Amino acid sequence: MRREVRLAGYGGQGIILIGLLLGKAAALHDGKEAVFTQSYGPEARGGASNADVVIADAPVDYPLVTRPDCLVVMFQEAYERHRPGLVEGGLLVLDQDLVRPDPGEGAFHAIPATRLAEGLGKKIVANVVMLGFFTAVSGLVRREAVEAALRSTLAPRLLELNLRAFATGYDYAPHAREAA
Amino acid sequence: MTTLMAERHPSDPLFRADRLPHIWCPGCGIGPAMHAYAQALVESGIPLDRHVCVSGIGCSGRVPGYLNIDSYHTTHGRAIPFAMAVALVRPQLEVAVFSGDGDLFAIGGNHFIHAARRNVDLNVICINNFNYGMTGGQVGPTTPMGARATTAPYGNYEQPFSLPYLAAATGAVFVARWTSLHLRQLKQAILRAMKKRGLTFIEVLAPCPVGFGRPNEIGDAMEEMMLYRERCVVDHGAPLAALDIDLRQRDHPIVLGNFVDIERPVFDPLAMRRPAPEVEDHAPLARKEQEG
Amino acid sequence: MKDGPAVLEGQHFLLGDHACAEGALAAGCRFFAGYPITPSTEIAERLAHRLPEVGGIFVQMEDELASMAAIVGASVAGARAMTATSGPGFSLMMENVGLAAMMEVPCVVVNVQRGAPSTGLPTLVAQADVMQARWGSHGDYEIVAYAPASPQECFDLTVRAFNTADQYRIPVFVLADEVVGHMTERVVIPPPDAIPKVERKRPRTAPGGDGFLPFQADDDLVPPMAHAGEGYRVHFTGLTHDERGYPATNAEAHDRLVRRLVEKVRRHAWRIEEYEESQLEDARVVVIAYGSTARSARRAVAVAREEGIRAGLLRPITLWPFPGERVRRLAERVGAVVVPELNMGQIAREVERFTHRPVLGVNHAGGAMLPPEPILDTIREAATR
Repeated sequence: MRREVRLAGYGGQGIILIGLLLGKAAALHDGKEAVFTQSYGPEARGGASNADVVIADAPVDYPLVTRPDCLVVMFQEAYERHRPGLVEGGLLVLDQDLVRPDPGEGAFHAIPATRLAEGLGKKIVANVVMLGFFTAVSGLVRREAVEAALRSTLAPRLLELNLRAFATGYDYAPHAREAA
Repeated sequence: MTTLMAERHPSDPLFRADRLPHIWCPGCGIGPAMHAYAQALVESGIPLDRHVCVSGIGCSGRVPGYLNIDSYHTTHGRAIPFAMAVALVRPQLEVAVFSGDGDLFAIGGNHFIHAARRNVDLNVICINNFNYGMTGGQVGPTTPMGARATTAPYGNYEQPFSLPYLAAATGAVFVARWTSLHLRQLKQAILRAMKKRGLTFIEVLAPCPVGFGRPNEIGDAMEEMMLYRERCVVDHGAPLAALDIDLRQRDHPIVLGNFVDIERPVFDPLAMRRPAPEVEDHAPLARKEQEG
Repeated sequence: MKDGPAVLEGQHFLLGDHACAEGALAAGCRFFAGYPITPSTEIAERLAHRLPEVGGIFVQMEDELASMAAIVGASVAGARAMTATSGPGFSLMMENVGLAAMMEVPCVVVNVQRGAPSTGLPTLVAQADVMQARWGSHGDYEIVAYAPASPQECFDLTVRAFNTADQYRIPVFVLADEVVGHMTERVVIPPPDAIPKVERKRPRTAPGGDGFLPFQADDDLVPPMAHAGEGYRVHFTGLTHDERGYPATNAEAHDRLVRRLVEKVRRHAWRIEEYEESQLEDARVVVIAYGSTARSARRAVAVAREEGIRAGLLRPITLWPFPGERVRRLAERVGAVVVPELNMGQIAREVERFTHRPVLGVNHAGGAMLPPEPILDTIREAATR
């Protein structure tokens, strides 16, 4: 099993952090192999931000994402840029307030991540709300593994809020499935 | 062997007798300056085993190789960053850089200004003989305007550095200029530099009869020494901006002295991690005690 | 802020560059001098944070000339010292790489390779400094260069680089590339007592006696090293020198010294060389790949095997010394050798020195990782030879 995940948004949304958390959860807390990469080239400029994670059962050879199996987008431009690369029948996850998918878009999972984060009092945890949601709908990494990654990565003063944000996103999943 | 030599001259234990005679030309000003430094090594009260001398390339760069202390003859221009690292790793050592004007201020100029800015604990002694002697008398960053050199056959048209002014401007805590005629004052200045913590700079004007004197009709070394004696004035309080050397104007004095002696925090990469900042910088001393 | 330990024992999800930094700390590196340059800057940043935690010294220098000079100075004073850079900085360091070779001063340089020549592609991968690592400074000398293919190897090989540097008193390179430096993967850091440590050979006589000549080599051609301030009153020079360290600028002394500098590595090459082999037992096509490209090659070999092509992979871990004798023996029984690399054929040329079989390069100048597909295509072609 090898799954390629691309998370895309704009700078400041914390996309890189959730990519790192996802990879760390898989590699350190879920008995899997994972590689996390991010764009450093000119394409990383101009506000766009994306994080790539490869998760596999066996050691990862080619470390880069070429055709993502899962695409998480939190920004309209990110959707437009990366949607064509998603594999046929791949998992598309989006922030429904920030991304308006094509009318012909097939099945996808939508969550008002940023709005839910605002409800938690901190818009900046929208990324972790999204991470929770993605964890639930993708089933790639166990919930406990991601929570362990949050604990081993974040400063203690930020932890409680982020765990709540993660739970908020995770628990939103059944509703999201109905909406899709 | 060494004992025998020591009977011949009291300074012999300071030198690697088995390396003499040296390579310098008759009349060269480097030898006397080296001797002043060697005497300062003894009079400093710091054991010879704790002195380190580092140089770059050029005639003056050969000095460390003649001294009977830990000595490093590095690449052209790089003595200062090399010596900085020695001083940082072993803060209990007294580290000097002994090199020439071309080495320290042309190819190595960038390192000098940054070491001075950081106030690295180094004593920089620079022989200034106004040319590249080792390669046969080329123009350099201190060659006076109008002077002739093999690569300035019509006369140098570039403004030279005033080294003490440059050193002071970039942050050296002690700045002096002497000549290889003023050996007692030079030795005293070196001793003061050794007592100071931070980057000290001493310029030593030195005759280079072959590379500089001859093409500039100064004559032999004695004549250049005479020139120093006639035109040098000691003025410790001279304005730093007025220290330029103009050999063409006979009435333009060459100002010598100990121009700068200030206190400034010494470069210490761990300074910001040490407890309670103090007015006086004791932190590196504490480190010396730990290590020494 | 709580201080971290020198050896960050445990499992981590680490950036390759950061793993290099942690490898240095675990190896006992306590001096780093460097100049920021993409894509190696994260090494400097990590060490700027971590070295002071363990009482080590971090200095951001004015340029790479100074950085390299400083680590040589730190090493003669007894510290394990390192710098990190990328192509343009590596070029500047070559001057004092030569000094370290000539003065026999152990030191470690990490080069996280990017697109070149000149400023090239600051943020994008290449593997085009392989020959520069070997021959970059003027004159004859030998170095060792390791090519990590993962963050774990960034850690392991940086540790090894320090040990090899100290064992042979030479500059050692960790020749990483942007993909490896900028990828994050699991890195397992062993406990401090499980970190291999080779001590620098030191004088066996007390200072002050007549017995010690600082450049008199033992039977292994490596002289014991006295540090500044120990009382041995050493003289080190970049000039050709004799056993005392004194300049000896004549043909005889020069040949004797340079021959030893070269021989002390060549004679031990069998011990220094490292490589990884997979599926070579029955291989008809051997792929030789290193660094990040080896990961693409591994995929290509796997797919080729699925297609029934008997392909195998030789991954040099030391590029220098190059495991040429291993290549010679392997190549005897294969139809062709495939050498994918992100340059115009630098290691392919080295491979050609060891075999008369066809050597098929898979080359790209850099800017992106070499994907498995062109390697697979070439394996298919090689299988017909």
